[in-house]
Amino acid sequence: MFDSYRKTTLELDTERCINCGICQTVCPHAVFAAGKKGVILAAPEACMECGACMKNCPVGAISVESGVGCAEAMIRQAITGSKTATCGCGGEGESSCCGGGANE
Amino acid sequence: MEPKSTPCCSSAPDGGAAPCSCSGPATVPGEIRTTDSVITSANRLDHFLARWGVNRMGHRVEPGLYRLGNPTPESPVFASANYTLSFDALRSALTGVDAYILVLDTKGINVWCAAGKGTFGTEELIRKIEATRLSLVVTHRRIIVPQLGAPGISWMEVLRRSGFRVEFGPVRAADLPVYLDTHTATPAMRTVQFPLRDRIVLIPVELVQVIPWAVVATLVVGFFINWMTAAQVLTAVLAGTVLFPALLPYIPTKDFTTKGLVLGALVMLPFIWSGSTTGMSPSTLAGYAVTSLLVFPPVTAFLSLNFTGATTFTSRTGVRKEIFTYMRVMAGMFGVGIVLAAALFVIRLGVV
Repeated sequence: MFDSYRKTTLELDTERCINCGICQTVCPHAVFAAGKKGVILAAPEACMECGACMKNCPVGAISVESGVGCAEAMIRQAITGSKTATCGCGGEGESSCCGGGANE
Repeated sequence: MEPKSTPCCSSAPDGGAAPCSCSGPATVPGEIRTTDSVITSANRLDHFLARWGVNRMGHRVEPGLYRLGNPTPESPVFASANYTLSFDALRSALTGVDAYILVLDTKGINVWCAAGKGTFGTEELIRKIEATRLSLVVTHRRIIVPQLGAPGISWMEVLRRSGFRVEFGPVRAADLPVYLDTHTATPAMRTVQFPLRDRIVLIPVELVQVIPWAVVATLVVGFFINWMTAAQVLTAVLAGTVLFPALLPYIPTKDFTTKGLVLGALVMLPFIWSGSTTGMSPSTLAGYAVTSLLVFPPVTAFLSLNFTGATTFTSRTGVRKEIFTYMRVMAGMFGVGIVLAAALFVIRLGVV
C-alpha cells in the first residue's frame, strides 16, 4: 500500500550476460551484484530507470524503459498529449525537474 | 587512430589563438583554454544565483578542452558539462592534479540530467573529441567520464568511433582524488544518496517557481475570504516546497503524494487548534476542520509529487503510477472541500 515504486521496467537476460560487470559500475543504486555465472538483480526495486546499464551493456542483456521520472513533465505530457515526456529544463528553464546540480 | 582533419582551421596549432574564420561551432579546433582549481567569490555568487534559479539556463562555461595545472600528453582527461556547478565541482576537486578537462556542450545543464536527455551523450562526446583534436593532445586513449554521465554515453560506441576508452569515474567529483590513486571506486563512491544537504539546496529553486502563484493566491483569498484562510494557503504551499524536501525521508509512506497528504494535514492542525481556542461552536469547528483537511493537503501533496523530478531515485514507472493513482483523489478532495466550504458558508449565512 502507498508504494508505487516496487515494480520497474528493468529486465535482465541472464542467458546473454557475460559477467563483465559494467552494469555494476554505472548503476547509481547498486541494483546489480556479482553472481556465480553472471550478475544478479540484487535490488531491483531500487532501480530508477535511468538507463545507464542498458546503454553500456555490450551484449544487450538489459532492457529498461528509461525516461524522465518527473511528475511535472508527465503531467504536461498527459495534458498536451505529446508522445514523449521532456523536462522543461532543456531550454525554457521553467521546470523544477533537474534541480540537482552538484553532480560532478 | 588518425584524427580526421577538419575542413577548415586544421592547421591551427594546439593552444594557439589562431584567428579562425569558421562559422558555427564555438570551439576552435585545437584551441585549449586554461583553467585552475580556485573557486572565487564570483564563482560562489554564480552558484548562489544558479541555486535560486536566477537566469536559470545562463550558468555556462565555454565548451571545449581546458588545461588544468601543467598537463603533459600522459595526463588524464576528464569529461564535464558546461554547467558552472558541474565544471567548478570537477576543477576544484582536482586541486593539485595536472589534467585536461573536456567540456561538452550540455546547454548549461548538469551531467546527470543532460545524460538523461542525451545532450551529455555519445554523439557530443565524440564530436568534442574530434573538434578539440584530443588524439593529438594526449598520447593515451582514455577519458574519465562521471558515472552519472552513463545514461547518455555508451562506452562501446565511443571506443568504436573515436578510439577513446571511457572510464566511468565516481558519482561525486569530490571522490576523484581517492579514485585517482587506484582508478577503482568503492561501492559508496558508485551510489547516489540524497542527504539533507543535497535536499536543502534544491529548496530555493522549488520556492521561486511557486512564489508568484502563491502570493497571488494568498492575496486573493485574503481580500475576498479572510486572512486566516490566506495563511492556510501560504502554509500549504510552503509545506510542499520547503518542509517536504527537508523532511522527505521522515514522512511516513513511500509515495510522494501520500507523504504530501500526511504533511499537508499536519500543518493544518495548528489552524484547527487555534479555531478551537477562539470560541467556535463545535459544529462550526467540525466544518472548519473537515474543509481544511480536504482543501489544503492536496495542494501540499501536488507540490510534493512535483518534487519527484528533483530527487535522485524516483523511477518513471513509479511516478506515472502515482499520477494515475492519486491525481483524481487529490482533485476530488480539493473539489469536495471547496463545495463543502461554500455550502457551510451559505448555511451559516442562513442561520445568522
